[in-house]
Amino acid sequence: MAKRKAPEVNAGSMADIAFLLLIFFLVTTTIETDSGISRKLPPINDEEEDPPPLKEKNIFIVLVNGNGDLLVEDEKMEIKNLKDEAKRFLDNGGGSGDEACNYCQGPGDPKSSDNPIKAVISLQNDRLTDYGVYITVQNELVKAYNELRNREANRLYGRDFTGMVKDYKNKADYQGDIEKLKERIGRIKDMFPQKLSEAEPKR
Amino acid sequence: MSKFKKNKDGDIPAISTASLPDIVFMLLFFFMVVTVLRDTSLKVQQKLPYADQVEKLEKKNLVMYIYAGKPAKRYEQYGNEAKIQLNDKFADVKEIKQFIFEERQSKREELRDKLITALKVDEETNMGLVSDIKQELREAEALKINYTTREGSPLKNVE
Repeated sequence: MAKRKAPEVNAGSMADIAFLLLIFFLVTTTIETDSGISRKLPPINDEEEDPPPLKEKNIFIVLVNGNGDLLVEDEKMEIKNLKDEAKRFLDNGGGSGDEACNYCQGPGDPKSSDNPIKAVISLQNDRLTDYGVYITVQNELVKAYNELRNREANRLYGRDFTGMVKDYKNKADYQGDIEKLKERIGRIKDMFPQKLSEAEPKR
Repeated sequence: MSKFKKNKDGDIPAISTASLPDIVFMLLFFFMVVTVLRDTSLKVQQKLPYADQVEKLEKKNLVMYIYAGKPAKRYEQYGNEAKIQLNDKFADVKEIKQFIFEERQSKREELRDKLITALKVDEETNMGLVSDIKQELREAEALKINYTTREGSPLKNVE
């Protein structure tokens, strides 16, 4: 019996089918990976607790009103100056004796914070404040902390704190000693703990 | 007689399109790998604010999304006030707790305390609504939150 060749399937429409699929995926999917500022909310305490006593000079009050104006430590301020002011407050190191701070590089003003461990930034906003302004203020304050932490990390370990945190998150790809990295991150965090307190907005 | 003989009619031969499907499939697979399926359709305006001190949200399955903002153009009949959107519909502040509990139930037990709530809030929203959401989240004990932002200079928000 003579061998018959199977007729070849016409592949001309293959491209059309693939295009159709491609367009379907283009329409129904998104590329974006979400990123943003991470925060932890304070848990609700049932029992009324007296807040621990804080010296007034250790609190840095940032008020944002409904028009997006900033009042920092009873003075009006532009948002772009907020980061430097916050850094100066945190890094002040005005304490002496037990409260002295041996790594601070600030002016040591006795009217400003004693030690970054004690320094608290209090953020208060109005119910009419724009969310955009609020995020800007949050971002500037986080940046103040990050820059100080980077400075200390560079001094002690010769690398950026933000880079260390990134490495710690991608544990699988990290070459070095992960325990050591964790300990170092913890130490930097202890030097400049992020104490950002948010009051509930005024009605 | 030359080896390189000219085409009899002198016209250009048609370009073969046999590899076209391969190229398109390559594109298709690229998009399938780098993108994720959209799971909700937005009913609120979403012009996220800018920030530059951001952390990435790595594990998508551990994120719960809460959207807020003014109703989008197509949904103007719902008014001009900023609203909350959960899943595919507008919701009241009080429904957040229920939403969080349902989301938590749908996850495996060992993952439940690793859930993060992503707040996708339009930059023109008032903080009043955001604080209400935050208060609800505190009561529902969903304390890890992330303000989702776009990357860029934060000073663009105040202009």
